[in-house]
Amino acid sequence: MAKLMTEQRFASPDDVYQLLIDSHRDLTPDQSTRLNAKLILLLANHIGDPEVLAEALRVARQGVE
Amino acid sequence: MHATFSYPKYSFIPSEEQRSGTVRRHPVVVIGAGPVGLTAALDFARKGVPVVVLDAEDTVSVGSRAVCYAKRALEVWDRLGVARRMVDKGVVWKIGKVFNGDRMVYQFDLLPEPDHKLPAFINLQQYYLEDFLVTEALKSDLIDLRWLSRVVSARQEADHVALQVETPGGIHTVEAEWVVACDGAKSSVRRMLGLEFQGEVFKDRFLIADVVMTADFPAERWFWFDPPFHRKQSALLHMQPDNVWRLDFQLGWDADPEEEKKPERVIPRVQAMLGADTPFELEWVSVYTFQCRRLERFRHGRILFAGDSAHQVSPFGARGANSGVPDADNLVWKLALVLDGKAPEKLLDSYSDERVAAAKENILNSTRSTDFITPKSEMSRVFRDAVLELAVDQPFARSLVNSGRLSTPTTYADSPLNTPDGDAFAGRMVPGAPATDAPVERDDRSGWLTEALDGRFTVLYAAASDEMGGPVPAKVAEALDTLAAGPLPLAWHAVTERRRGIAGELVDSAGRLRERYDLTPGSVYLIRPDQHIAARWRRFDAAALSAALNRAIGRRATGR
Repeated sequence: MAKLMTEQRFASPDDVYQLLIDSHRDLTPDQSTRLNAKLILLLANHIGDPEVLAEALRVARQGVE
Repeated sequence: MHATFSYPKYSFIPSEEQRSGTVRRHPVVVIGAGPVGLTAALDFARKGVPVVVLDAEDTVSVGSRAVCYAKRALEVWDRLGVARRMVDKGVVWKIGKVFNGDRMVYQFDLLPEPDHKLPAFINLQQYYLEDFLVTEALKSDLIDLRWLSRVVSARQEADHVALQVETPGGIHTVEAEWVVACDGAKSSVRRMLGLEFQGEVFKDRFLIADVVMTADFPAERWFWFDPPFHRKQSALLHMQPDNVWRLDFQLGWDADPEEEKKPERVIPRVQAMLGADTPFELEWVSVYTFQCRRLERFRHGRILFAGDSAHQVSPFGARGANSGVPDADNLVWKLALVLDGKAPEKLLDSYSDERVAAAKENILNSTRSTDFITPKSEMSRVFRDAVLELAVDQPFARSLVNSGRLSTPTTYADSPLNTPDGDAFAGRMVPGAPATDAPVERDDRSGWLTEALDGRFTVLYAAASDEMGGPVPAKVAEALDTLAAGPLPLAWHAVTERRRGIAGELVDSAGRLRERYDLTPGSVYLIRPDQHIAARWRRFDAAALSAALNRAIGRRATGR
């Protein structure tokens, strides 16, 4: 069974973080929300495995409520 | 409004029992002469069971209402001899297109597989459908159709149900050993029994406008999200016979249903969609909301619920009538066997089990479509719009676009009536699945497998090789003949590759049947009267077949 990978996987973490932040530059909050939604859909499809996605959603939801 | 159909008016004819003031006990009373009740009545008559049908009205469906009929429902009606008129009159279609704004984002084909007798879908106004069913029912001496007969109370006794029926001639009592309640989403029988009808109500309103016009749109289902002519809402266009077109507009929860029905409100919406110069006339207008809900169980003692009285879904997906007709298909053979003393009463619980499973599947699909069309939260809308935006360029996103997942038959995967596979088979014809069609020749005429599945149990025997003593070894033929002569209605057919001169053989010269059922020489399928697979084996075993047959009628096999 595939498992959500949570160990550090980035060769250059700061580059990745900057990539995410930069992609939202000059966007309104609504536009950013749209971008995020499209990004999640693209990445969810890339992952493909619903169990991995469910696990990621579970971890992401922790502490939100 | 324009009328392309003249409504028949059926007369109230007082029954003999009402005139003479005697109380008669009928084996079966069906309440409601809609598509489901009439289908049940025709099937009871086919099986030799006399049936009384009570309907509160005196005509067919007012307005076109249900419009899309799926292959599985058509297969049931074909078995009952009424599908041809429907297909001939109906608009056959299989392509659906989904637009976002003015761009097409997704297209689907509902019948990618060739060689089926019946089309994936037809569009036909419900009044035609009911008219054809009534016409057929009137031909049968076993069907007693009683119009203007409203059931006002139902009382369950140990061995019957007592119904009070109100007619223009007064109120009288009708007794039934069994009652099939097909009295629709607002079922009065359900209310009389005080049963909970639980589920979700969706906060949205939709306008249906059926218009008459000559137009050159293709016979396809077109669905728009956010079209230029109806911004921020959805819309649908679908062809019906007689130049009638189904138009559907999402209005939002705040719309006033009475106002929205007025021609001065409807006409501008239609003009915006079709263009100001397209001449049209309104035929029928309705504003609706919808629910996804069901009864917990469909059997309550001697009363069995079928169709909308048992389960209700949103119209997106055409899962209303298309799941009600399989209810009737599932119930009637079981009730006929119980009435005949050939199956235990608990077989009727499997009706509830199997069709509740189907209702759950339909409600799940319908709810998901509705969540996509009418997002319930801001973030749900954001994801929906993101899917639509991505779908233009990204093929993966097109699979997420949900404008209604169209009705497909349910496989009764967990049914206690199934005999689980002991041998390995490929393909979709697992126990519980509806038998898929294939072309065959029978008595030198080309026909279809579904025509051989005629409402009895059917055994298919794939012709054995010569080394096995084929095409049908004598002891196999003898065992099958014995079963066919037994108490249960059963027929058997050899499936051959070329004509071998065996009585009743189905010649599968195109090989479709072998391919779709993964047949190898000597394979055996047991198919139920409602055309669902009960069991299958790679080798004939008379004891196993007999055990599977017992299991399929609710007599749990006791060991092997």
